[in-house]
Amino acid sequence: MYATTYHRPKTIVEAVALYEGFDDASYLSGGHTLIPALKNRLAAPQHLIDVRAIPELSGITVTADKVVIGAATRHAAVAACEEVKAAIPALCGLAGSIGDVQVRHMGTIGGSTANNDPAADYPSAVLSLDAVVHTDRRAIAADDFFQGLYTTALEPGEILVRIEFRIPEIAGYAKFRNPASRYSMAAAFVSRHRDGKVRVAITGAGNGGVFRWSEAEERLAADLTPAALDGLAVDPSLMMGDIHAPADYRAHLVAVMSRRAVENLGRTYIL
Amino acid sequence: MSQVTITINGKPETREVEDRTLLVQFIREHVGLTGTHVGCDTTQCGACTVHLDGVAVKSCTVLAVAADGAAVTTIEGLAGGGTLHPVQQAFHEHHGLQCGYCTPGMIMASVDMIRRHDGVLDEATVRHELEGNICRCTGYHNIVKAVLDAAEKHRAAQAVAAE
Repeated sequence: MYATTYHRPKTIVEAVALYEGFDDASYLSGGHTLIPALKNRLAAPQHLIDVRAIPELSGITVTADKVVIGAATRHAAVAACEEVKAAIPALCGLAGSIGDVQVRHMGTIGGSTANNDPAADYPSAVLSLDAVVHTDRRAIAADDFFQGLYTTALEPGEILVRIEFRIPEIAGYAKFRNPASRYSMAAAFVSRHRDGKVRVAITGAGNGGVFRWSEAEERLAADLTPAALDGLAVDPSLMMGDIHAPADYRAHLVAVMSRRAVENLGRTYIL
Repeated sequence: MSQVTITINGKPETREVEDRTLLVQFIREHVGLTGTHVGCDTTQCGACTVHLDGVAVKSCTVLAVAADGAAVTTIEGLAGGGTLHPVQQAFHEHHGLQCGYCTPGMIMASVDMIRRHDGVLDEATVRHELEGNICRCTGYHNIVKAVLDAAEKHRAAQAVAAE
């Protein structure tokens, strides 16, 4: 790791002022993506601004139709939250399937969402649950937030403060992991919302990162059963291909995981 | 450089360190407690697992400066005098190690697991929750036996304490 200077602001205003005062700064949350990147010298910001001491970024609130989670909330806290479990069990299951126990004790929902790793879990929940991402300056709909691999609508210096999930009628999450890295090679988050709309978000597979599978949504809105997806496939040319799984295999996994998510509504299915 | 104070195994340790110093470097190189190991240095193997404010974390992926003011327990902080911690004793009895390199991390992760589940564990849960700790010698078999035995003894001790 190259030398860096650490800052721990207590307010959003202070954090943004720090960011804007430096040429080369980066926000730090749980650090479970950023610190490995710093150690590999893939990133070398001269200033690290730790956002975890800012009170607005903490805490979980559940209302009649929303689950609101502060950006610095750790995966383990989401996984264990009884109120979230009662409202959106698949969201708890997803949080409890990220990395391993130690990683879940440090990694945060805001960090995962802002980083938008194509194999990350949370972006699929944000997109499927039609969440609103609140920052220090605006509210961004999930459909506008994710803009490709490691790319989001966040502007330089903008801080993700909290994520507001819509509580669906029912939702399920199914993930097929790489047996060595445990990152998803294809995962599907399927939600039927109270207005009857179905949203299917796929992570781990698309060559542009997380995406909505609209053909699957149309079929499942008419008939929320695994059989409704029979014969439906995604275009392999839109999938990632690498040493772990070629694009046509990932395309196949997308369809299988989507069916499994529908078979497991109200819970998670992790392979 | 920052002045960092971390209470390690009950003793406050203050050092002037570079901000890029990792928690595991603080523990091993600055405080001299070398029981916490660096295996992969990439957040995967778990050999560097310590308890940070009561929960298991990988100390190779935490900045020491971010742990300023926190309490850390390392493998050296488990045994009371000459008496092994029950989890250490169980690893000893079940031969839950061969080369021993991963053992400090395995034990710190296991203590955390038994505490979180209050000793109510089955084999599948133990195997699943040790996902973040890699052992290249034992095939995990005796490690899992040791954790289950320690969990059982934890429950028995809780039952006695409740009487």
